[in-house]
Amino acid sequence: MKQDLRRLTRAAGTRLHHFHGGLRLRHHKQQSCRLPVARPPLPSRLTVPLQQHAGETVAACVQPGQRVLKGDLIGDGECQRGVNVHAPTSGHVEAVSQHLLGHPSGLAGPCVVIRPDGADQWRARQPLDDWQSLAGSELVQAICQAGIVGLGGAVFPTHRKMHHGQAARIHTLILNGAECEPFISCDEMLMREQPRKILAGARVLQHAIGAERTVIAIEDQMGAVREALEAAIAEPGAAAIDLVCVPAIYPEGGERQLIQVLTGQEVPSGGYPSDIGLLCQNVATAAAVADAILEDRPLLERYVTVTGSGVREPRNVLALVGTPIADLIEFCGGYAPDAARLVIGGPMMGYSLDSDAHPVVKATNCVLVLCHDEIASPQPEMPCIRCGECARVCPAQLLPQQLHWQIRNGLWEDAGASGLRDCIECGCCDFVCPSHIPLAQWFRHGKGELRARRRQQLAADHARERYLTREARLARQQAERAERMAQKKRALRDDAARQRKVAAAIGRAARKRSADSEPEPGP
Amino acid sequence: MLIPILTLMSLGLLFGLGLGWASVRFRQQGDPVIDRIDALLPQTQCGQCGYPGCRPYAEAIASGEADINQCPPGGEAGVRALADLLGREPKPLNPEHGEASLPSVAVIDEAICIGCTLCIQACPVDAIVGAPKQMHTVIAAECTGCDLCLPPCPVDCIEMVPHRPGATDWHWPRPMTAHAGGRP
Ligand code: SF4
Ligand code: SF4
Ligand code: SF4
Ligand code: SF4
Ligand code: SF4
Repeated sequence: MKQDLRRLTRAAGTRLHHFHGGLRLRHHKQQSCRLPVARPPLPSRLTVPLQQHAGETVAACVQPGQRVLKGDLIGDGECQRGVNVHAPTSGHVEAVSQHLLGHPSGLAGPCVVIRPDGADQWRARQPLDDWQSLAGSELVQAICQAGIVGLGGAVFPTHRKMHHGQAARIHTLILNGAECEPFISCDEMLMREQPRKILAGARVLQHAIGAERTVIAIEDQMGAVREALEAAIAEPGAAAIDLVCVPAIYPEGGERQLIQVLTGQEVPSGGYPSDIGLLCQNVATAAAVADAILEDRPLLERYVTVTGSGVREPRNVLALVGTPIADLIEFCGGYAPDAARLVIGGPMMGYSLDSDAHPVVKATNCVLVLCHDEIASPQPEMPCIRCGECARVCPAQLLPQQLHWQIRNGLWEDAGASGLRDCIECGCCDFVCPSHIPLAQWFRHGKGELRARRRQQLAADHARERYLTREARLARQQAERAERMAQKKRALRDDAARQRKVAAAIGRAARKRSADSEPEPGP
Repeated sequence: MLIPILTLMSLGLLFGLGLGWASVRFRQQGDPVIDRIDALLPQTQCGQCGYPGCRPYAEAIASGEADINQCPPGGEAGVRALADLLGREPKPLNPEHGEASLPSVAVIDEAICIGCTLCIQACPVDAIVGAPKQMHTVIAAECTGCDLCLPPCPVDCIEMVPHRPGATDWHWPRPMTAHAGGRP
């Protein structure tokens, strides 16, 4: 069965298929694509969070007062659970302290604060020019050192994904350029301006995982991107890469949806694309890999779309990680007078923050500022009328109305069994629900709750094991003590018996002696 | 007449042997009811239920000696889960056994600790390391927050620090809603 799937997915991109549901949304992308990408001036302070993805917080490996060069390691993830963090420019470490993280929680966490010295001086760099002769594992190691995460939004550590892929024998690498969420255009601008870099990254990735071919998927509305990529692919010496234009249906850019469109096959629930011979990477991730391997530049900056009617000059910027979002807005002309809400990400899957002091992190693809009249006035939520619209548009083929009811009533096991973990939080169900039920919010909450429950269960199992081990040890120690006591008693008893025997012998001897010394009674 | 009798007798013997073998081969290890109750308990091992750990409490519930509402760390949700499993009516926590508290971990003030090892002996999950006359410390990842190490410490240098939620274990809160939601 799995072998069949692997074979079927080999033809990725030769014929287009459909995924279930989805929506055709207005794009709103032109406004941020008019100006070329620009680099904002160096901010006066960079706050680089030590937790850059959904995983662990990494340990700071710099001290306050220390001078760092651009690209120096400042947070060491040791390639295990965390992801390495690097100094985005040269300067002095001002503090390692708690600051806003740019995380949906709006919480603060440990950050390294750097005061740039303006020199932007690089550390010594050693590009891996001979990458073609290196083994895949060495390249993955280098990617891990460079702290690269998936830049499409999920921010999963790239080296972990590749580890998976190496074990699973990948035949096709898919580069995801189908940026389907409205307003976001950072991947589009990257593909227009840096097509060669993306192709170079694709070659490195393809070599590292031993794939046979690479497919780049873009949306059919990205005319300029198509021209740029086709030109780069046609250049002599460029790798043979297939460019595929997929129809612009939201959420086409979801990993599972894109794979379904390209291959007609579904990634099994709970499984990975590598199970069917595919590895999917965002185009920006491929560019970051090219930077890391060919120029030894770790991931310390990214394309960010600053857009929405709440910003005066929407555009894409190349921002250093740690730049305050306020600086980006200022660079883009500042807020429009009726700006009302700051959203990180797009209108469908983004989250709002209540302060622009949050920094740009590796996950920040878009800063969207909405005006008063764009914020959907909170419609009163009504009871579900069981119209089934939500199920019709759900790309994961779930039954949102049922999931919603299960989560609302705390039926966690049922919700898990109904596939809550497969929800990609795309918000399609939410968008169409005539009763204005915030379905996607419920599912975000529900998925978090399932994860938390799983964590708690693991912790309880661990504690149970330690408790039982200790009980067993105490019981064993008690048994040993009892055994020792018994032995001692036995020894004592033996001792007493021997002493009695000795005493008896002495007594007998004494009696005999006295009998001997006494004169024989005369006859 | 004889043949049917013999046939039936030999069949009976055969089945008897089969059942005998199966009863040895598939013997239940331990008591499954106790295991299933224990699986629902939070494993804090704090003894607030009146038993020296979660498993003894599970045994007491299984034997009918203890009620299902004696575990404060499990909270009302724990009582509900036990009620579901045992087919009983859920009831509120028995306040005699204390109240549910926030998760916390023990922290030893290493400057004050005299190294008497009393806390090690009290810890039900071996979460404290140290040696006689040496400074002791708590392995935070192993500590269940049971409070049992506090009373024996002669110099009161152990403190329970509540767990502060950070971005790593944050998850989206329940949406605010106006109506109660009905069956779909
Ligand atoms: S948010 Fe989840 S349930 Fe709703 S449409 Fe998207 S995948 Fe389906
Ligand atoms: S779209 Fe809304 S009202 Fe219709 S079935 Fe789904 S949850 Fe119910
Ligand atoms: S009260 Fe403490 S020891 Fe008793 S079952 Fe609950 S967690 Fe376990
Ligand atoms: S260290 Fe203290 S609070 Fe933590 S598990 Fe051990 S005895 Fe309980
Ligand atoms: S009981 Fe208190 S003083 Fe004794 S070893 Fe433990 S922490 Fe130190």
